[in-house]
Amino acid sequence: MTVNKDFFEPSRAFNYDFQSSGPTPAKWNEAAHAGERLVPTHCSFCGVQCAMYLRVKDGKVVGVEPRDYPHNRGSLCPKGVVAYQQADHPERLLYPMIRRNGTLERASWDEALDLVVKRWTEIQKEHGRDSVAIYSGSSMTNEKCYLMGKFARVALRTRNVDYNGRLCMSSAAGAYERAFGLDRAPLPMTDIPLADTILVVGSNVAECFPVAMQWIWKARDRGAKLIVVDPRETPAARTADLWLPVRPGGDVALLNAMLRVLIEDGLVDERYVRSRTNGWAEVRAAAFEMSLDEAERASGVPRARIVAAARLYGDAPTSLIMHARGVEHSTHGVDNCLACINLALARGQVGKPGGGTMMLTGQGNGQGGREMGQKAAQLPGYRHIDDPEDRRYIAGVWGVPEEELPGPGAAATEMVHLMANGDIKSCMVMCSNLMVSLPDNAVVQRALDALDPLVVVDFFMSETASRADILLPCAVWCEDEGTTTNLEGRVVKLNKAAEPPGEARRDWEIACDIARRLGRGQFFDYRTPRDIWNELRVATKGGTADYSGITYEKIDSQNGVFWPCPRDDSEGTPRLFTERFNHPDGRARMHAVHYRPPAETPGGDFPFYLTSGRVVYQYLSGTQTRRLGFLNSQAPEPWVEIHPRAAERLGIASDEIVRVRTPRGSMELKALVTPTIRPDTLFIPFHYGNRHAVNQLTNPAVEPTVKIPEYKCCAATVEKLGAPGTGERPEGAGEGRRVGRATENLTPENAPAMFPYRNGEVAARASAGGSH
Amino acid sequence: MATVKTMFLDPSRCIGCRACEAACRECDSHKGESMIMVDFLDRDWSVATQPTLCMHCEDPVAPCAQVCPALAILITPDGVVQQADTSRCIGCQNCVYACPFGVPKFDIEARLMKKCNLCYDRTSQGLKPWCAQACPTQAIWYGDYEEFVNEREGNAVNITNFGTQQVRTKVYHVLPDGTARLDVGALLAEDDLAARATTGSNEEAWVL
Repeated sequence: MTVNKDFFEPSRAFNYDFQSSGPTPAKWNEAAHAGERLVPTHCSFCGVQCAMYLRVKDGKVVGVEPRDYPHNRGSLCPKGVVAYQQADHPERLLYPMIRRNGTLERASWDEALDLVVKRWTEIQKEHGRDSVAIYSGSSMTNEKCYLMGKFARVALRTRNVDYNGRLCMSSAAGAYERAFGLDRAPLPMTDIPLADTILVVGSNVAECFPVAMQWIWKARDRGAKLIVVDPRETPAARTADLWLPVRPGGDVALLNAMLRVLIEDGLVDERYVRSRTNGWAEVRAAAFEMSLDEAERASGVPRARIVAAARLYGDAPTSLIMHARGVEHSTHGVDNCLACINLALARGQVGKPGGGTMMLTGQGNGQGGREMGQKAAQLPGYRHIDDPEDRRYIAGVWGVPEEELPGPGAAATEMVHLMANGDIKSCMVMCSNLMVSLPDNAVVQRALDALDPLVVVDFFMSETASRADILLPCAVWCEDEGTTTNLEGRVVKLNKAAEPPGEARRDWEIACDIARRLGRGQFFDYRTPRDIWNELRVATKGGTADYSGITYEKIDSQNGVFWPCPRDDSEGTPRLFTERFNHPDGRARMHAVHYRPPAETPGGDFPFYLTSGRVVYQYLSGTQTRRLGFLNSQAPEPWVEIHPRAAERLGIASDEIVRVRTPRGSMELKALVTPTIRPDTLFIPFHYGNRHAVNQLTNPAVEPTVKIPEYKCCAATVEKLGAPGTGERPEGAGEGRRVGRATENLTPENAPAMFPYRNGEVAARASAGGSH
Repeated sequence: MATVKTMFLDPSRCIGCRACEAACRECDSHKGESMIMVDFLDRDWSVATQPTLCMHCEDPVAPCAQVCPALAILITPDGVVQQADTSRCIGCQNCVYACPFGVPKFDIEARLMKKCNLCYDRTSQGLKPWCAQACPTQAIWYGDYEEFVNEREGNAVNITNFGTQQVRTKVYHVLPDGTARLDVGALLAEDDLAARATTGSNEEAWVL
């Protein structure tokens, strides 16, 4: 079972079935679409990268058509259906702008870029090269991600370059690198139906990756069981065989307890553990650090459910763990992922078709973006910037002396503090909206305001763009070509359907133009994205993420190519680790993880956990989706979910405006009273800006190694507006809105029994009722 | 019945993403307007959602068409009930009242009835209707009955009872095993009883 030769034909390098895919019926054009052409491409939004056709007429993108592809089978979520409406959107930025006397005013490209170069040259001369930073993003093509890393290191020669993938994938990336030596989901989505039990940990998979749900349902059609671990009853949890409503931050306690049950029940695949892993003894010992009763208290999940979940998971011949931001957005995010990996390794699942662990990468190019060298300590191909051999190779590809390459810089979450305290004087933000996406945004605002100049490259006036000193308009995804790498590791090709509007330019052209003006044009002599791509292939050659054998033509003919693809005759690698892991000894490394509470736990004035997350209609900071009418009309503003038991105690009704407060700030928003959340937890979606941003409240504490913030857990309280003693009038009272009966707000003294973290309460309840 | 392709609506798989609504709005014949509706059953209680689509009633055939005084609602030989012909529709709204499922929408400004015609422009060419094509969870599924039984779990039912009236439809609902028909009256009565019986007393201790 350990080496899956029975599933794999040894003579074939590429054991992947493409039979499900087919061309779009030829008759399409007859159906009143005369004069239109269909441009094959992929969605601009999440990491699934669903294939689609764009309908183009007279140079304008006018609609969308389904495109059959192996992983989305022609399906789209609502974001995908309306994505095309960004192209001709009335709010597109059409010309460069420079802030003069406090307002952004129209400028020419020459004025804007010359000003950028003049200021950067002055700043770098006076304060050193590292005082100018690049803050990049992952929702753009591999070509652009690669270029941003090179731009920082070769054109600006600054060490300070990082990207917003720090905020989403760094935990999983860190864990997979440590455990497997390679950071990629080890199997394609089309393998999901081969699983007999699917354990979804910390992922609202239905809302965040709707298209993945059809593969989960295909598995369930075959009889597979579904277990969901989430503080909220998400749409996937609603129909799951077992839902474990874990307390925010309690994941390691729960996962280690499941491992303990596996060990006690003899469900560990000893042969696999012996032959393919290292470190089992420590992991085994760590699993016994907590008793099941202690795990129950730490995780908030009844012990019977933990045992049931472990057996459902452990009895399955093939089992798959899918995990996402719910466990990764944590000050122990790497540990959470490692705990998932430990379970899968103990069951001998990793490397098996349909088995193992699968990280669900969030951003459109979240996978490719973290391999292309725009990360603080990284060079293209997942090379390391402090490895002398890697430095020599990349310096050779770029044609610069090795000693000119800067060293590792600050992580995105640290960069903000360097901006605030003046170590970074200027920053170019591309493809990111820091004002919505970073935690504790009062600090972010101070940091951005301290920059002179803040240069922003964007296509809409995002919350960050509106604070820019120099604003450069760029292209949306369908106005350029290039590749992205989806959450499976499948490299797909985006094609150009239209030209950028007004004076807007493609992002890579902007970067190359600035490089020229900085006198480094000889290193950025690209005429098309294909030129960048071909250099990128050479740069990744021999690296962990090896793209050297992938061509645009191969992507088209094979319906995507999975990296690593190290040779021209290689078809790529859909399934990883089938025979060996990527560490030198070929074995996976198990890491013992120990339960630690989150950085901030409820107590005193803040009796609730606050967690944040997503809704299906919005994407990341909402810069794009909040401007698309259909999507925004479904969820135009955030709300706070409160369990009826908590709401009743506070006299809060659905739709009433309440105040949520944390040690960092407060915001007022609508309540949604619903039992689909733990009674001790509040939930607010994060896609919104300014006074609607949940990141006014979140905790900026970060994971110590990968610096991912703890968005998913902080202490909070919810207050009824106009409660007795506050002197406030409930908003909307007398206007026909439902307003609950006013009662006192919670204090440390009167917090009710639904908050079991108060001393001794859990034990008392368990023994008193016996039903818990 | 021959292998006639139709729709299967499985509310247990619906995640309420409204991709179907977004996709329906992309049809050139009614751009910007959706003929399918997705509703939360009761968001104050559950995240459960349900898509509502024209069921294309077969027996009695199309009550909406039967009550149309202008003979504006036509039925194709393969049983697809079309939207009211815009050159005939007089805007009387009889169809809106006659439909047992509450499907036809009345556009007050245009004074026209609007409803799903199963994407006739697409399905007549062998393509899937937009909603079923887009549906990321395949809660809305297009194909024939035999295909459904072969490929999917679930009990496809095309008979709905409203009190003493029974309607057989072209479109199927996917219901719990053992349910022969969707009996709306019985479900409402059962729900009333259940609500009276459980006033929070037998709530499961699902969380600590």
